[in-house]
Order: sequence, then structure tokens, then C-alpha cells
Amino acid sequence: MSEIIPPSETSEPIPIRTGTVPPDDQPRDVVRLGSAKGGWWRQVGWRHLVAWVALFFGLFPILFLISAAFNPLGTLSTSQLIPTGASLENFSRLFANTEYVNWYWNTLLIALLAGALSMFISACAAYAYSRFRFRGRRLGLLSLLLIQMFPQFLAIVTLYLMFSTISDYYPRIGFNTPWSLIILYLGGALGVNTWLMKGFLDTIPKDLDESARVDGATHAQIFFGIILPLITPILAVTGLLGFIAYVNEFLIANVFLTDPSSKTLAVGLWGLVAGERNNNFGVFAAGSVLAAIPIVLLFQVLQRYIVGGLTTGAVKG
Amino acid sequence: MAQTQAPVEAGAPERPGAQPPGRRARPGSTTTTGLIVKIVLLGLVLAIAIFAAFPLIEQGQWLGLALVVVVTALLFWIYLSPRRIPAKYLIPGTLFLLAFQVFPVLYTMSTAFTNFGDAHRGSKEDAIRAIEGASITKVEGSTDYRLAIATQGDPATGDIVFLLSDPETRASQVGTTDGLEPLPADGLQFSPENNITEAPGYTILSIGAAGAREEDLAEFSVPTADGAIVAAGLTRAFEGAPQRAYDEACDCIKDAETGQTWTADGGEGFFVDANGDNLAQGWQVNVGLRNFVDVVTDPLIAKYFFRTLVWNLAFAAITVAITFALGLLVAIVLNHERLKGQRIYRSLLILPYAMPAFAMLLLWRDMFNTDFGLINRLFNLEVNWFGEPLTAMAAVLLVQLWMGYPYMFLVCTGALQSIPGDLKEAASVDGAKPAYAFRTIIFPLLLVALAPLMIASFAFNFNNFNAIYMVSEGGPFPPDNPQIGATDILITYTYRLAFGAQGAQYGFAAAVSVFIFLIVAVISIVGFRRTRALEEVN
Repeated sequence: MSEIIPPSETSEPIPIRTGTVPPDDQPRDVVRLGSAKGGWWRQVGWRHLVAWVALFFGLFPILFLISAAFNPLGTLSTSQLIPTGASLENFSRLFANTEYVNWYWNTLLIALLAGALSMFISACAAYAYSRFRFRGRRLGLLSLLLIQMFPQFLAIVTLYLMFSTISDYYPRIGFNTPWSLIILYLGGALGVNTWLMKGFLDTIPKDLDESARVDGATHAQIFFGIILPLITPILAVTGLLGFIAYVNEFLIANVFLTDPSSKTLAVGLWGLVAGERNNNFGVFAAGSVLAAIPIVLLFQVLQRYIVGGLTTGAVKG
Repeated sequence: MAQTQAPVEAGAPERPGAQPPGRRARPGSTTTTGLIVKIVLLGLVLAIAIFAAFPLIEQGQWLGLALVVVVTALLFWIYLSPRRIPAKYLIPGTLFLLAFQVFPVLYTMSTAFTNFGDAHRGSKEDAIRAIEGASITKVEGSTDYRLAIATQGDPATGDIVFLLSDPETRASQVGTTDGLEPLPADGLQFSPENNITEAPGYTILSIGAAGAREEDLAEFSVPTADGAIVAAGLTRAFEGAPQRAYDEACDCIKDAETGQTWTADGGEGFFVDANGDNLAQGWQVNVGLRNFVDVVTDPLIAKYFFRTLVWNLAFAAITVAITFALGLLVAIVLNHERLKGQRIYRSLLILPYAMPAFAMLLLWRDMFNTDFGLINRLFNLEVNWFGEPLTAMAAVLLVQLWMGYPYMFLVCTGALQSIPGDLKEAASVDGAKPAYAFRTIIFPLLLVALAPLMIASFAFNFNNFNAIYMVSEGGPFPPDNPQIGATDILITYTYRLAFGAQGAQYGFAAAVSVFIFLIVAVISIVGFRRTRALEEVN
């Protein structure tokens, strides 16, 4: 998907990639949209009100989650929106009664490794499709477009049978191991990311690699030394979205990971509240709050890339 | 990874004989670091290949071994050559793609034409073996053995053997799939019941460990002259002969005692008797297009299938529409140069997007809980949200709105800010009212920019398994069909067909998957065509 934002003819900086506007972006003395007359309230004040309503809608479930995590009684029926007490009881129950640390570690291992590797192999493929002309290139690109429409998890039955065989021969990458999921997720990597990255790569002038090549650089030096640093924004976005998608992946993980110590957070926490809803709710909330920390942190760190990456066509999985 | 090969310094530039400008890199131009990395990685490939080969050789899986050899050779052929540069970048991802996406998808499509599932798992031979095995009754006058289940390998995976002892004489034998052999009495220990408790060279499985291998045990028997020795429970075994046997002449199963016969029906994959009743165990056969036809014509399935399809399309469309509407509204409202605190608003508003989706979906499910949920308590309601189709749909969509609007807010903000300011100014100078300017200028531009994202979002939500499975689990279910609930979308329905409590119907589930694929493919192709047309118009 190429850049679809119409090019601007103005001299103003169009901060599409950063997602923020400097306050003095536009001249003050022009007649503006929706600002003919009226006081502060008509121009700005009501916008604060709408923002607060939107904030309440967006944040109250999160507030409830945090409040439930610290609720000393730890049940759903006693959890309030506004915390009524604070205790770490739920957290200690979480660590004492479940294999939470294992789940956390498994999730980080799977999501980080699969996210990074799938980002890397898609970048490699995108480089080949963007910079080289070879037999089967068109066919390969079109097949990727087609394959992308058939999500991997639709083949869950076959994948299950495949990995039963793999588990017999190679238990180390079979069921109940993080590796089974990592290699499986890598299978879906090309279909999701290659087109997006190729579109981004196509916008980088070819003269850059041409001149490096004339200077005697090898294709690997061009790829690692010139191309990869230039596509950092799209790498960051695909890596982040991949990470989030793998943290949240439930369907395949739930079939593959049945042993309590091999579960991921999604499978494990789901199991906590699948049967015993009311009583385990506080423990579940505590686990969810801890699970959210790395993702929210990553999101904040990479925030400046996200808007730009999203508008080029990435969808959160 | 960038650092390992990044510096453009070593070797290459000082080579004599400059190449013509604009040509490909000269074959064989590699840096020392590059060479080392290449050797290490190829060594790793070789090591993995050798490890992968061992179990395959052990089990005589020559096809698998050939595959390992071919893939390894291919990797070496590509990376040792100075040419084939595109292949060097394509092969890692492509191998994974072929193994874990293309092959499974094609295989799934092929199972859509079979009756693969519970009772139709294996071949006809497997079915005959299972039927004969299940009909085994005790041979008159044979010994009632005491049994200990043991293995010479790992208790969880090793091949099972039976350690059999005579209840009176303690004469011991070891039974394998090859037959019976006497077991030397040295070092044997017996329980008061005369079961063997210790035997040199064998690990005896505890009751728990043996119970865990129930499936292997069900298939295990020790062939003897009159029949076979099979387990009766975990501590006894008897010699039995099958009551029912396959007769090749009539291609049927005959019961020795009652004389009843069941004839093989190749179309259904069952042995059927004269009354049309079939034996429980069948085999996998090709059923052609029947699964697909069933989806459309079987009255019970078709009735709910079309309702589900409509709801599935509505679910995805409404999700995109409401998240886009709310996201756009908030983006427009906040996109005002005199609004203070925009940055804080923005980073708080995207928090729902950054939270782990699975946890938030489960949280919402519990907030909708009838007895204890926050929503009912907060608004003093007593709605059984997931008890009625309409409220369940409303609940699922509300959750989708919450999950999705921050994303739409982000992309709308990005798109709004990329619209040139003079367009708006020109409109106001020409006297256009703000609403009119928005409707005729800004909104069309936004649509052009965001239509591909909205289509992608539609395709994603069309198969948004978690959003349904974790919130409503597809329910509520109609009384006449426990397979397909009111908020089920096709993918959750497929999942239930394959892994649900009603038994596995893999073939039928695969057929539904093919339907999903066709629908998503058509929507994507039409959608992207339309957006290209939109772009050309502008």
C-alpha cells in the first residue's frame, strides 16, 4: 500500500508522521472553521467537555481494572470503580496460586522473539521485492496478497495435526513449548508485513543504494547499513504491532499450550476466570495490570512512530 | 543485527578493476564479517539439519528425511553462491510461509472435501482394526493375567509393554506388539496381588502415569495364536479373540456370535447393516462437495449459517462504522489550535489501544456480568446481557467501540492534520459554512486517505475471534442448535465445530473456513478496487 495521504502544496510543515501540531501552526488572523464569533466556551471550552467525556469512556474500564487489582476482597461483586481499600492480597495470591511468572516469561519470550524475527524476515523479503527484479517476482507478490487473505488460524485443525506429529519427533519444538508458537507465528509474518514494508521501501530513492554499490558496497552492506536504518519507523511499527498481536494471540496458543507452566498470559488469565468468575476476579485483575505494563511502556516509547505507521496501512492485530 | 555488518569499510573498495557503474555487485565481493556471519549461520543450519535427521532415520521416515536434505541443500545452494541475491533475502520467510501457512491452508482446503472428524479419523484399515479390537472377548479357559504396564523408555512417551504374571504361579512374561516372551524371574518383585512391581530394565508406570496414556493403551494389544492379550483396566489382562472380523470377500464385518453383518459403504465411510445402522467407528472418505452443500441446504445448519453470516458482516461493518464515527468526532473536536492540553488528552485517549486486548475483553465480559457486573451495579440495572441475542450483540459492539475508537482517533488525527490548511481557508473565504466545508471538502479527503485502513479493519474484525469468544463465547444459544449462538461469527463457529464439546467435525469446519476465505477475499478485492477508483477521482 503506498502513501495515500494527498501531497500538500503548502509551505507549512505537515506533521503527519509525528501526530502533533505546534500550537502556532496556522496564522491567527484568518477566518477559521467554526470560529466565526463567540467566546471561549463556544470555541474551546466545549471541546474540553467532549474530551473529558471521551476520556471517561476510555479510562473507566482501566480504572476499574486497577481498582479491582488492589481490592482487598478480590471478588467481582465487591470491586468498585473507585478503590475502597488497598492491599496487595490479589498479587500475592496470583504469585502463590498460579504459575504467573512462567506465563509472563513465556509471553515475553514468544512475543519479543516472534515480533523481532517476523519484522526482520519481512524486511528482508520487502528488500528483495523492492530492489531486485527477478523471475517470479510478480507471482510472489500477488501470491502474498492472496495468502494474506487466508488467516493462519483458519487452518488451526491442520496446524494441530502437524504439530502432533512434530511433537512426536521433536518434543522440544512441539506442544507446550514456546518454540512451537514462535516458528508457527513466523509462518504468518510475510503475508502480513511484506506489502506494507515494500511500499515504504519503494519511497526510499534507489540512488542511495546505487551510489553505495558503485562505491563497492555489497548487497548485505547496503541492506544492513543503509536500508534498515532508513526504514526504522516502519520497522518500529510492524515490530510493535507484531509484539502486541502475539501477546494477544489466544486461539492457537490455547490449543497448543495445555500444560499450566507453558501457558501464555492470555491463555493463563483466561483459564483463571473461565470457570470461577467471581472469586478469581481480583487475581485476574492483578495479573492483567502487570501484563499491561510492558505493552503500555513500549507504546509510549514508540508513540512518535505509531501515527505515521498506522496511516501507511498497519492494522493492529 | 545492524551492527554486525553495518560499517561499509572492509575489503571491497580496494579491489582492482572497477565495475561499470550501475551494474550488480561483482560476484564474490564479500566482507570478512559477512563471511564469518555466513559460515556461522550455515553451520547452524547444518547442525539443526543433523539433529532433525536423527529421529527421522530412527523411525524410518524417509520422506521427512528427504525433505530435510532438500531444504538444507537448497539453503547451501543459495547462500554459497555469489549470485541468487534476491533468493538470499526471500528464502527465510518463504520457508516459514510454505511450512506453516501455505501447506496448512491447502491441506485444510483438501480436508473440506472429506468427512474427516470424530469417527472418521483414519484409514479403512485403522477402522477395521479398531472394530475388531473393540469386539475382543475372553477366550474360553485362558489365563487371567495380572498386569503391570511398563516401558523401556520415557514413562510419558516410551513404547508400552505389558509385564504379565500368572496369578497363582507367578510365571512371568513380557508382551510387546510383536508377541509374548518369557521374562526371567531374576530381580522380579511382586505385589500381594501377584502383580509385578519391579523388573530389571523396565520402568513400571504408576496408576496415574498409566492413566495418562489411556489412548496408547486402548490401541495396545499383544498378538497371540488365538487372538490377542488386552488390558482389562490397569492391573489385569486377558487373552481374547475378536467377536467381529473383517471378511474381504464380502467387504463386510461379521459378528461371529450373532451372525450379523455390516457392509462397507465407501461413500459414507461406515460399515452399515441391513437396517441402515452403522458401526461407530468409520474411516475418512472423500465426500466431494457435500460439506459445502450441507452448509447451504441442510435446513438446521443453513438457517443458522445465514443468520451468522449476516451478523458477521454486520458485526464487522458496524464495528468499523462506530469506531470511525467516534474516533473522527473526537479527532475533530480535539484538533483545534487553541485547545490546551492536546498532548495529554491524546496520550490518555490511546490508552485503551495500548492495553492488552485479551485482558480488557475478559474485563468487559465480567463488567457485563448479570449478578456482580459493574455495568448493572453502576446503572442499577438487572439486564442479563448475554442471555438475550439483542443485548448480547449490543454488549459485544460496545466492547468493540471501546477497543477500536482510539485507533480510529489516531489515524483520523493523522489524516486531518495532513489536509492542507489553505483548503479550509479557501472554503471559509468563499463563504462556506463549517459544516458544509466539512461535508464537501474535508470528509471526502479523509475517506480517500482512510478507506484502505477501514477495509483492512473490516477484514480484521470479520475474523475477530477474541472479540466474540472472550466476551460472549458466541452465546446465547438457540434451544434447537447448541453449535451456533446468536453472537457467533463464522470463525468462532468453525472453532466450535473443530474443537467444541460436540465432537470434532474437521471436514465440515474446513468447508466453513473456505467460505470465510472466499468472503474475505471478495471483500478485499472489491474494496481495494473501489479505493483505487476513489483515489483516481481525486
